[in-house]
Amino acid sequence: MTEAIRLAQTEEIGRPRLPVAAALRLAVLLVLATIVLYPLIATALDGFKSLGELHDNPLGLPHAWDWSNYWQILGGSRYWRVLGNSLVIALATVFLTLVVGAMAAFAFAHIKFFGDRYLYAYVQIGLLFPSTAAILPVFIKVRDLGLLDSYWGVILPQVAFALSMAVLLLRNAFKQIPSELFDAALIDGCGYFRFFRHVTLPLSGPILSTVAVIGFVNSWNGYLLPLVVLDSESRYPWTLGLMAYQGQYSTSWQLVLAFITLTILPAILMFLLAQRYIVAGLTAGAVKG
Amino acid sequence: MSTTAYEENPGRAGMRAASALVILLPPALLLFTLFVIWPIGEASWYSLFNWNGLGPVDRFIGLKNYKWAFESAVFQRAIFNNLLVIVVSLAIQLPLALGVALLVSGRAWGSVVFRMIFFLPYVLADIAAGLIWRFMFDGDYGLAAALTHALGMKPVYLLASDPWAFSAILAVVVWKYFGFHMMLYVAGLQGVDKSLLEAAEIDGANAWQKFRHVTLPMLAPMIRLSIFFAVVGSLQLFDFVAALTRGGPFDTTHTMVSFLYYFGVTRMRVGFGSAVGDVLFVVCVAFAWGYRRWVMRDD
Repeated sequence: MTEAIRLAQTEEIGRPRLPVAAALRLAVLLVLATIVLYPLIATALDGFKSLGELHDNPLGLPHAWDWSNYWQILGGSRYWRVLGNSLVIALATVFLTLVVGAMAAFAFAHIKFFGDRYLYAYVQIGLLFPSTAAILPVFIKVRDLGLLDSYWGVILPQVAFALSMAVLLLRNAFKQIPSELFDAALIDGCGYFRFFRHVTLPLSGPILSTVAVIGFVNSWNGYLLPLVVLDSESRYPWTLGLMAYQGQYSTSWQLVLAFITLTILPAILMFLLAQRYIVAGLTAGAVKG
Repeated sequence: MSTTAYEENPGRAGMRAASALVILLPPALLLFTLFVIWPIGEASWYSLFNWNGLGPVDRFIGLKNYKWAFESAVFQRAIFNNLLVIVVSLAIQLPLALGVALLVSGRAWGSVVFRMIFFLPYVLADIAAGLIWRFMFDGDYGLAAALTHALGMKPVYLLASDPWAFSAILAVVVWKYFGFHMMLYVAGLQGVDKSLLEAAEIDGANAWQKFRHVTLPMLAPMIRLSIFFAVVGSLQLFDFVAALTRGGPFDTTHTMVSFLYYFGVTRMRVGFGSAVGDVLFVVCVAFAWGYRRWVMRDD
């Protein structure tokens, strides 16, 4: 690590680096990048193989590119259904988190009322423990509300557990809007809702997108909550659908690998297209929280 | 604060604020109470009963559920495994993330691309990453098979042997999460004042001294934050267990959450599962509260 430090610092100060040091840095990074990427690439490549070839040649390029595994999955309804379910659940979760969270954050940022600090602290309790700790009582609650095996049974608890972080991030951002602006608007007869709609929201694009990215990624990748709440395969999001597929074709790794490749493809494409926003969203959320 | 508006005309403005509050706050408070606070409160209540989720909650058994959990060898192992994840995260993952961050934080060739590559696994679902590695560790088809085959050895089934199975899970944790911590450190390093490094260099500090006495102290708040996330994440680990081992072989690879799922949820032992959830809750709250109070108080 001392070497890494030295390398980084010559770099930071902008001194010309030694060719040996630069080569060493590159070598270390290339080895790490191989370890990170190789499993993903192998997964995609092995989807083109037959089971026999997978056994003899698990690591290399396929001898013959056999598209049948991929076509079999893409031609069936199962793949599209699980992705569709995940999309519906994730979009609804993000939409509700933004609306409900922004409304509460606006109240906490701009309106003083009796007990406001206690109420805000109450909403922040959710940051202290993970949703998994309460998964059984959440299941009972969802069941008693008649929401078992429905999208809402997944969406509403996801929103509830996303709210603490959303309200924290949004309130801090809303507080940056100068209070003079707010006071002037109120005196001029602009109501709270018009101010919220026409001033606060348009000025808060970046933080809203941060909250949206965190909510979407968490919901899209979620496993335990839908596992506990959903029963019918027709409502499975892709994470559950993938595990069910693996259970059904556990002796045919080539099919499972093709299914994995196709189900993680949307996330990888989204990441490549919007990496700046996704990295900023996920790390900024962590840092500001 | 925005108090002036109703200080000038308290009656009317106060009414306006009150009517806004009545619309703005209830949705969030209702959802949060219903699905976060109420269930965690109910967990403590259910944990005192022997209840299978059906019929009345009336078989009070005191703290027996907790006693059974702590006496269970599987649960003890699960707690030990959670501790292992924390130790590996802190002792291997975070130093690795820091070392890599130092290599890719500047403008040297390829830095941006390498950062993206290392961050990529973090974006993928744990469940998919877990299945990919289940294949890699497969003694008949994956990377493990290729290695043993090349060396002329008999197939090795890592995920079916203790203690290798849990070591495999630990490796996947590092593989998937070091990029996230690296990104936090990159953000932190970009805030380090370069003139301080230059000053130290003029004073004759060597690379290690500059790191130890300039970079590291300035990075400290970010390191404290990253430790917080590593520990909280470690305590919640479940998806990798579900995808890689389902707790096997012989229930040696459970974590607290997978124990809660396989022994509480799937068998509908609501009281017992709630007790386990309560233990997790207390550990998380105690850690989060203590850490914020004592470690992150200056940040």
